[in-house]
Amino acid sequence: MRKVFKIEVDCANCARKVEEALSKIDGVQEVRVNFMTQKMTLTADDARFDAILKECAQAGRRVEKDFCILG
Amino acid sequence: MTKKQKRNLVRIGIALGLFLVCLVLPLEKSSPLRLCCFLVPYLLCGWDVLWNAAVNIAHGQVFDEKFLMAVASLGSLALGEYTEAVAVMLFYQVGEAFQSFAVGRSRQSIAALMDIRPDTAVVLRDGRETEVDPEEVAVGETLLVRPGERIPLDGEVIEGRSSVDTAALTGESMPRDVSVSDQVLSGSINLSGVLKVKTSSLASESTVARILEMVENATDRKAPVETFISRFSKVYTPAVVLIAVLLALVPPLVTGGSFPEWVRRALTFLVVSCPCALLVSVPLSFFGGIGGASSKGILIKGAGYMETLAKARTCVFDKTGTLTRGTFEVTDVHPEAVTTAELIDIAALAEAHSTHPIAASILRAHAGHIDRKRISAVEEISGMGIRAVIDGREILAGSSRLMDEKHIPWKKCPEDHGTIIHISDSGRYLGHIIISDSLKPNAARAMERLRGLGIRKIVVLTGDSASAAEHALKGLPVDRILPELLPQDKVAQVQALGASDRPVLFAGDGINDAPVLVQSDVGVAMGALGSDAAIEAADVVLMDDRLEKLPDAVCIARKTMRIVWQNIVFSLAVKAVILILGALGITGMGHAVFADVGVLCLVILNAMRCLHVRTE
Repeated sequence: MRKVFKIEVDCANCARKVEEALSKIDGVQEVRVNFMTQKMTLTADDARFDAILKECAQAGRRVEKDFCILG
Repeated sequence: MTKKQKRNLVRIGIALGLFLVCLVLPLEKSSPLRLCCFLVPYLLCGWDVLWNAAVNIAHGQVFDEKFLMAVASLGSLALGEYTEAVAVMLFYQVGEAFQSFAVGRSRQSIAALMDIRPDTAVVLRDGRETEVDPEEVAVGETLLVRPGERIPLDGEVIEGRSSVDTAALTGESMPRDVSVSDQVLSGSINLSGVLKVKTSSLASESTVARILEMVENATDRKAPVETFISRFSKVYTPAVVLIAVLLALVPPLVTGGSFPEWVRRALTFLVVSCPCALLVSVPLSFFGGIGGASSKGILIKGAGYMETLAKARTCVFDKTGTLTRGTFEVTDVHPEAVTTAELIDIAALAEAHSTHPIAASILRAHAGHIDRKRISAVEEISGMGIRAVIDGREILAGSSRLMDEKHIPWKKCPEDHGTIIHISDSGRYLGHIIISDSLKPNAARAMERLRGLGIRKIVVLTGDSASAAEHALKGLPVDRILPELLPQDKVAQVQALGASDRPVLFAGDGINDAPVLVQSDVGVAMGALGSDAAIEAADVVLMDDRLEKLPDAVCIARKTMRIVWQNIVFSLAVKAVILILGALGITGMGHAVFADVGVLCLVILNAMRCLHVRTE
C-alpha cells in the first residue's frame, strides 16, 4: 500500500536523515520524505501498515526531534 | 509565517539585542562576569540546539549539525571567545529561520500558481441549490456554475452555453466555447453564461486533482544531480569533522604549535560542516522550475526529466497530430474549364449529405450556404466516392477509380500527395480537389527556436509515404524524414537515433505513440489534456497542442539547470574558501558562520528565481 502523509520537518538535511532512517525499518518498501512539499510517501506491507507507520513516527523523531507525522 | 516561525524570530531578535548590549558593556576580557553576560543571549538563542545535540548524541547521531554547532560554540566559550560563540548560534538560527521562511514562501507561491482547485461546488439536489465541498459531490450529480466561477469537477454540459477559460490548465488564453453535450474540465473558469454540468468524476480523480498531484510527486523523482548531492552530503560532514580533529591534534603535536590556536581553527571547520545550502537549494530550484512550468501548462513529471530536457540534442517529432493538425483540409483546387469557386460549389453539393471526414473538409472549404433543394438524389459508391444528381445533372465526385469505372477521362495531378477527389458533370471532367492534413501554425517557428537552443538534429517520423511527408513538411527546418513507419518501427528508429545523439526528445500526441514516449529519453505528450494514457506514458505533458510550448519547456529546463549549477558551484566554492582560510587561521568562527549562512540565504533566493520563467 502506498499512502501520502502530511508531515512537519524543519530542514532539508533533516528530511534526508529521516528518509534514510525510515527506509531501514523492516517492512518499509519505499519511503520519500519531501521537505519541499512537507509530505511523506510511504509504501509498506498492507498487513502491518499501521504498525509500520507508528514505527516510522518513532524512528523519525529519534533522528530528528522536530519530525512529526500530521496525518 | 507560522506561529513557530514568529516565535523563533522574536527569540532571535531579543538575543541579538542582548548580544549587542553585551558587546558595548565595559567588561574585563575573560572575566566570569563577562561570560555570564554573554551566556544570556547564547542560551536564549541556542538552548534548543544544545538540547537537540544532547538528545541526538544519546541516540548515537555524532555527525549531526546541531551537535557540531554545539561543540563549536561551547569550544569557543571554553577558549574565552564569547563573541564568536554567540555569533555562531545567532547566525545558525538566522539561517534556519530564513530557510524555513523561504521554503514556506515558495511553497505558497507555487500553490498560488496552481491555485486552481475550487473550494466549493454548487449542486442541484431536489431542485435546490446547495453549496458543498467538491469532495462530497458524487458522479452524475448536477452542478450549477455561474459566470466567473471555477468549474469544480469534470463533467458534461447539460444546459446552457458559455465560454470557458482553460488558462490555468493549459496556459492557453483563448477562451473555448461550450454548449450542451460538451465536456468541461475542473479548474477552468466559466466566463459568460450559467452552465449546468453533470459530473463525470469525483473530486479526487478530477483533472485538477491529477495535475496537482503530478506536480507534487514530481519533486519525489530525483534528478541525478540530486542523488549526487545526497551522496556528497553523506560524506561531507564526516570528512570535515575528521579533518577538524586532525587539525586540532596533529600540528600542535608535530610542530609544537599552541593547542588553543589549532583547536580554534578546528572549531571553524565545524560551523561549516552542514551541507544545508546544497541540500535546500537544489530541490528548491527544481520545485520552483516545475511549479513555474506548470503555470504555463507544461507539466514536467520529475526533476530528472528536467535535467534530460535541458540536455536534449536530438528532437524527434511524430508528424500526424503533432506537427500537423491531424484533420483534413482542402489544400489545393485544380479546376478544368470552371472556376475554383464553381468546382468547390459543385463538390460541396455532392458531398452535402456525407459524414466522411473528406466531405466535412470540402464543406468547410465551401463556407457559404448550401441549397440542399438542388440535390435530388445521392448515392454513395463505397470506397470510391459519390454520385449525386444536382439541378438534374449527374455529378460524380471521387477517386480516379470512380472516374475509370464511369469512363471519364481524368487528369493526373502533378502533385503527388494527399487525397485527390476528381469531379465530373454529366460525363465531363471538371477538375480535382486536393485534400490533405495541414501543418500547425508556428511549427516552423518552434523548430527554429529549438535549433537556436542548440538542438542539433530534428527528425520527423511518419507512417505516410516519403513524397507526401516531404510535401506536408515543406519549409520546415527538418534534418531527416523517416517515412512509412509502423508504430513498432518508430520505437526502433528512436532507439537508433539515441545511439548517436543523446538525449533524444520525442514529441507525440500520445494517442498511438505511447511506446515511443516511454522508450525515448524524454517523451513529450502534446495536447494531452483529458487523455490519461498519454499523461501516464509521457515524461513531460503539454496541456494544449501548441508547438511553441516545446521550446518553452526546454527554456525553463535550461534556466532551472543553470540555477541549480550556480548554486552548487557557489556554495561549494564558498565552503572551500572558508575551510582554507580557517585552516590557515585567517578567518575566525564568526566570519565562517556568517559566510555559511550568507551563502544559504543567497542560494535560496537564487533558487526562487526558478519560479518565474519568461517565455516568448
